[in-house]
Amino acid sequence: MFKKILIANRGEIAVRVIRACHEMGIAAVAVYSDVDRASLHVRKADEAYPIGAPAASESYLNIQKILDVAARSRADAIHPGYGFLSENAKFARACVDAGVKFIGPTAAAMDAMGSKTRARQAMEQAGVPFVPGTSHGLESYEQAEQVAARIGYPVMLKAAAGGGGKGMRLVHAPEELKSALEGARSEAERSFGDSEVYVEKAILNPRHIEMQVLADEHGNTVYLGERECSLQRRHQKVVEEAPSPVVDPEMRQKMGEVAVRVAQAAGYTNAGTVEFLVDQQKNFYFLEMNTRLQVEHPVTELITGLDLVHLQIRVAAGERLPFTQDEVMIRGHAIECRIYAEDPDNNYFPSPGKITLLLLPSGPGIRRDSGMYEGWTVPMDYDPLLAKLIGYGTDREQAISRLTRALNEYFVGGIKTNISLFRRILSDPDFRAAKIDTGFLDRLLKQKQAETPSDPNAIEVAVIAAGIFAVLGSAAAGSGERLTNGNANSRPNAASNWKIAAHKEATR
Amino acid sequence: MTYDISIDGKNYRLDLNREDSRWSCRLDGNEVEVDAVLARPDVLSLRIGNKAYEVKCERVAGERHLWVGSARFAAEVRDPRSLRGRVRAVDDYGPKKLTAPMPGKIVRVLVSQGDEVEAGAGVLVVEAMKMQNEIKSPKKGTIQKILVSGGAAVNAGDVLAIVE
Repeated sequence: MFKKILIANRGEIAVRVIRACHEMGIAAVAVYSDVDRASLHVRKADEAYPIGAPAASESYLNIQKILDVAARSRADAIHPGYGFLSENAKFARACVDAGVKFIGPTAAAMDAMGSKTRARQAMEQAGVPFVPGTSHGLESYEQAEQVAARIGYPVMLKAAAGGGGKGMRLVHAPEELKSALEGARSEAERSFGDSEVYVEKAILNPRHIEMQVLADEHGNTVYLGERECSLQRRHQKVVEEAPSPVVDPEMRQKMGEVAVRVAQAAGYTNAGTVEFLVDQQKNFYFLEMNTRLQVEHPVTELITGLDLVHLQIRVAAGERLPFTQDEVMIRGHAIECRIYAEDPDNNYFPSPGKITLLLLPSGPGIRRDSGMYEGWTVPMDYDPLLAKLIGYGTDREQAISRLTRALNEYFVGGIKTNISLFRRILSDPDFRAAKIDTGFLDRLLKQKQAETPSDPNAIEVAVIAAGIFAVLGSAAAGSGERLTNGNANSRPNAASNWKIAAHKEATR
Repeated sequence: MTYDISIDGKNYRLDLNREDSRWSCRLDGNEVEVDAVLARPDVLSLRIGNKAYEVKCERVAGERHLWVGSARFAAEVRDPRSLRGRVRAVDDYGPKKLTAPMPGKIVRVLVSQGDEVEAGAGVLVVEAMKMQNEIKSPKKGTIQKILVSGGAAVNAGDVLAIVE
């Protein structure tokens, strides 16, 4: 087994992997950029090394710097987390060359799967069902026009190197194609350093269901059940659950076997996810394979009782899978909410800043994987994911009620978060009836927000509390008050007397 | 202690008398007995009658938001004895500043100085946390000034352009 693992990531996933290392008696090495010195993963690690400027290309995406730290710290393996270098075949290869084990698939498997176009070519050969479109990058606008006309609008443009909805455009009509193609290309170039874009038929309002697979280095591959990831906004997943309410044991077995075939066709090892689009008739189409640990892996962990990060590490250390397919049992239901630093009142735009007050949920069936703490300033340089709140119950209804209860306990002050969005989702009748597809969230957000039947006394309570806080003065104030002279918070249009008074108090 | 407290544009007069954790309040003339415990900074546990409330106070940039359950109230507290308690009139005419809603980087400037813009027209694009945000004109008018250029880093609240 490894003695020391370097985690080439930040945020909640770095903390998640550090915890697994410590549970297994392995030392954990953190790396951090200049704005992440105070981040939680640095606090939790056994060793921490600075790797440079905030821009990811200067730090978390810089292969040389990360390998230098691996050498200096004598780490014998690297866990890449998700995002950043996790699906970078060049990095996996560089790790092999440097003699440090990459915890993930081989570079060859990533090459086969990491590019969505190459994955489609491989799957064509393996006889896996997939959505009509091109299996090669588009060479020109004219070609895009021809293919789109052949397969019929609407079509979806996708970055070959894509993920997380970046470099993706839905095109309804020919006249939108040109600007969409340019937009997808430039976004793909910016996000992945690769402007290759392909086109496929858009299946409108499909479900997005993915299958977790795990393969050891001795030829054993299993599937660990599906995750329903249909709740998305801007192609970014927001809520995930397992199992999917529409997948029965028979369909699970069929999808699982296809997923295993996909993994084996690519010579896949370690943890991976095969994504499918599912139409209203429950036909499923291969979409892509994610060659990494997924953000939403905890829901699978809760319903299978397995620890995927432990298993990743054991498999990477050369161990055999400690169970067979027949031994994989699914029990209960789990739902995950991705807590983002976003402003629901400003179209969910990112809201970095200092967390002045943090109250945490706990209790039965609640798991919280978080990278934040009170007093920490969320940097503006990275993805706004702060934490994941996961509810588990014996069935879907109980998972929802526990999660709803926990969301009411959760309070993040000082920055805006999307916590209120989850209250809306979880109380929505269609969500409760599991009538969800990838268009659900956009439809929900277009509706006017229903007036929440809050406590009729709430305003009076707020007035009284405001008065009591004023009497108690700065003795009752948390870390937020002393922040008011920072120029990051100055809002010239919003100067109120209250602010002036607070400022006077702060500079006194 | 007497305060004028305005919440969501409505004004309330609150008198407070404190004896340890017991507060005798008079809210717009109605007597209310409150038992208040500061559970930790910015968190009050209140008992009003036998009803229990946890109230959170969120302070950002001098603004004060009170959370009762999942409901948020923006509160403005004034001491009526203070001259500062007068509300200034807000001027809706004249030049309007476009400010950065968050720290980030200017990706594109979509207009030039002197351009006519409609209300809601995109003026600049700011990028933060891998997301692009179009800053729109708050009114119909002329772009009087653009104070940033593409690639510039900005802080929340920085003035980016002025529309007149």
